Amino acid sequence: MSDLSLTEAPPETAGPQASGLRHGRVGMGLGLGLATAYLSLLVLIPLGAVVWRARSDGWGEFWEDVTNRESWAALKLTLVAGLLVAVINVVMGTLIAWVLVRDKFFGKRLVDAVIDLPFALPTIVAGLVLLALYGPESPIGIDLAYKQSGVLVALLFVTLPFVVRTVQPVLEELDQEMEQAAASLGASNFTIFRRIILPNLYPAIAAGAALSFARAISEFGSTVLISGNLPFKTEVAAVSIYGQIQSDNTNAAAAVSTVLLVVALVVLALIDLLQRWAVRRG
Amino acid sequence: MGIEARNIDKRFGDFVALDDVSVDIPSGGLVALLGPSGGGKTTLLRVIAGLEQPDSGTVTINGEDATRLSPQRRNVGFVFQHYAAFKHMNVYRNVAFGLEIRKRPKPEIHRRVNELLELVHLEGFAHRRPAQLSGGQRQRMALARALAVEPSVLLLDEPFGALDAQVRKELRTWLRRLHDDIHVTTCFVTHDQEEAMEVADRIVVIAGGKVVQVGTPDELYDHPADDFVMSFLGPVTKLDGRLVRPHDLELFDASAPGTSPATVTRVVRVGFEVRVDLDVAGSEAWVQVTRDTAERLGLRDGVTVHVRPIEGAVTVAVATPNAPTTDETS
Amino acid sequence: MARWTLRLVALAYLALLLVIPLGIIVNRTFENGAGAVWDSLNEPLARHAFQVTLQVALWAVLLNTIFGVGAALLIVRYDFPGKRIFNALIDLPLAVSPVVVGLALILVYGRLTPVGSWFGDQGIDIIFALPGMVMATAFVSLPLMVREVVPVLEEIGVEQEQAAWTLGASGWQTFRRITFPSIRWAVAYGLVLTLARSLGEFGAVAVVSGRIVGKTQTITLYVQQHFENFDKTGAYAASFALAAIAVVVLLIMNLLRPKEDR
Repeated sequence: MSDLSLTEAPPETAGPQASGLRHGRVGMGLGLGLATAYLSLLVLIPLGAVVWRARSDGWGEFWEDVTNRESWAALKLTLVAGLLVAVINVVMGTLIAWVLVRDKFFGKRLVDAVIDLPFALPTIVAGLVLLALYGPESPIGIDLAYKQSGVLVALLFVTLPFVVRTVQPVLEELDQEMEQAAASLGASNFTIFRRIILPNLYPAIAAGAALSFARAISEFGSTVLISGNLPFKTEVAAVSIYGQIQSDNTNAAAAVSTVLLVVALVVLALIDLLQRWAVRRG
Repeated sequence: MGIEARNIDKRFGDFVALDDVSVDIPSGGLVALLGPSGGGKTTLLRVIAGLEQPDSGTVTINGEDATRLSPQRRNVGFVFQHYAAFKHMNVYRNVAFGLEIRKRPKPEIHRRVNELLELVHLEGFAHRRPAQLSGGQRQRMALARALAVEPSVLLLDEPFGALDAQVRKELRTWLRRLHDDIHVTTCFVTHDQEEAMEVADRIVVIAGGKVVQVGTPDELYDHPADDFVMSFLGPVTKLDGRLVRPHDLELFDASAPGTSPATVTRVVRVGFEVRVDLDVAGSEAWVQVTRDTAERLGLRDGVTVHVRPIEGAVTVAVATPNAPTTDETS
Repeated sequence: MARWTLRLVALAYLALLLVIPLGIIVNRTFENGAGAVWDSLNEPLARHAFQVTLQVALWAVLLNTIFGVGAALLIVRYDFPGKRIFNALIDLPLAVSPVVVGLALILVYGRLTPVGSWFGDQGIDIIFALPGMVMATAFVSLPLMVREVVPVLEEIGVEQEQAAWTLGASGWQTFRRITFPSIRWAVAYGLVLTLARSLGEFGAVAVVSGRIVGKTQTITLYVQQHFENFDKTGAYAASFALAAIAVVVLLIMNLLRPKEDR
């Protein structure tokens, strides 16, 4: 019996689920090729084209496109609104998650289901729905149309589920024995919340806040109706880009788009790092 | 014939799982791969099954070189520690799976599945789902499933590891009887020496990625190749720098040729035997004696006795740590 | 005491933001009776918009289901160089504003681009036509199926598949008989999410479709057009239809979710 050595690629590490089969690699190669092609043709190349177009007239032009009065106003409004929305969601989202997990009342399951509505509802419909209560025909007389607060309400609507849904599972898994131990040591409810529960929620809250922010700065449909898209006043970045596209200023549109993309990517990269850090903490 | 694994090397990154391992499993035999966790025995089993590719070496199954064959083509039955039951199928469909893949006619499948369910005493469970079975029942189903396609070789990876002690013992005996009836070449992995000794014809001790010793249970117990095998396969105690079985020591109340003086530190009855802990010149050792002996010598704390190995007792020098010797006997 | 306050604040917030506005819309939609709503939805342009939306959504769902299950298998069951980047890139669409999606696709597949003009010469329009809309919709809903299937694949583990191999099943047989049945609820859930997202897409198709009434107008674009042209009835009716679909989706999501935790 001769000793056959395998002339094969270096051995695969026994990853948790990696199958070490040689014949599976052909299928994998094909699948990977197709998947990468799909991803490239649909997502990567088009996004690359945006960045490419943004600087096609040079960096000077890029900067001009971004910092001219209208674009700058739109970007400023968008980023500030995004931050504001993230902060509000941190508070309200955590509160709602708390009530959903720790409280018991009739109809709670219904309330839990309703939270996902902004995920399922088209943004244009969301805008219309909000106008019903906060627009010119508001039954309670609050008219936020053409106002920045209108934009804020629209953004709060579409970002509602984010913090709630990231915090909820963590709260559910939280070992209540920790709180019981703290109580037995004399801590008040508020202290328990502040020093035992909240620290365990920070990564989830932060992740939810970051997702809210990324979503808010990208928002288009829900702001279109309620804000009236007044430049320098209620026009958000996405609407500004839309206008530039309609006016055939594709370079300018691409420039502002690139800024939005970079900001959103940085934020999402932060979430990833955060989650990695949270996992290491245990 | 049977299974021959030759010069198997396998690494995972920096970790050497198998280092030039060669093992023979005779046709129709029942062999245990015994060793501590992480020692390489499961890796070897999976290499034989084709679920892992060795870095070098060959695997021959019934005379055919199987090294490059996929698991599908090796015709090995494999039983996993955690059953790997097809959760979305009932027991019948689980057991029938291999036959359905081979496109056997329905009546034949029906006959064979029922035959096997009877064999493993799961008749009447055909329409249950795995979730509705106990651990022991799931493992019997897994066995039936593996046997359904009449494999030339049956491989079991710690098959009883996930079950409680009582069920483990029952299934152990049952597996031995099954093998006596069916005579399919069988190899199973275990870290439980009792299991290996009770069930297997031959035991291959694998530790640190190497084969340490091969032999029948008696050979391994009575003639261990080194201190590792000796202490792994049965109780040991140290006397004069050598390992010896506690039941191979005799006690005297007065000095005799070859004895060492010792002080009794503890006497405990364990079943119908008595365990006597000793202090021998500063080191600890223990001896297993009968109740009669204990009474006759009046053994209790503080008593002085004299101890030596009985005539013909097996003793093994205590080697430096991390040095299991490789010893192959065919 | 604190419990009641928290509950009140939470419910009030949800009421003011979600429930009441929704209720008012439903009210206004049916102001002139259900008949008027039905008539409005049956108008040829509305029906056409529904058709366009459905067509585009179904194509997007099909593409992303195939991609989603395939990518999930690749990520969970295989190791390859660049896997982490591949994994991260799949989430990229979440960070992109819908309008930017539209812009991106126009820049690569528009009538004046090399690719776009080549297709144009063959008589196929991508931008301002259905293919572009399908691409835009597929873009925004890309991650949804993958992210549903990955955790389930991880959870069921690879042993059942290995058992199938030792019993003689080929790769495809194993997928068809063992892997897919184990993930089918996750796939169903992912399908519902993808479909909902696709039906509701607005910003990206607004850019990419050219909003050609009677040709590339989806139901969301229809809502916008009719609202801006003061046809409140038409806008509300279509919105109601979309909201009703959203509620049904919610129900299905909640029914399916416990199953996927099995």
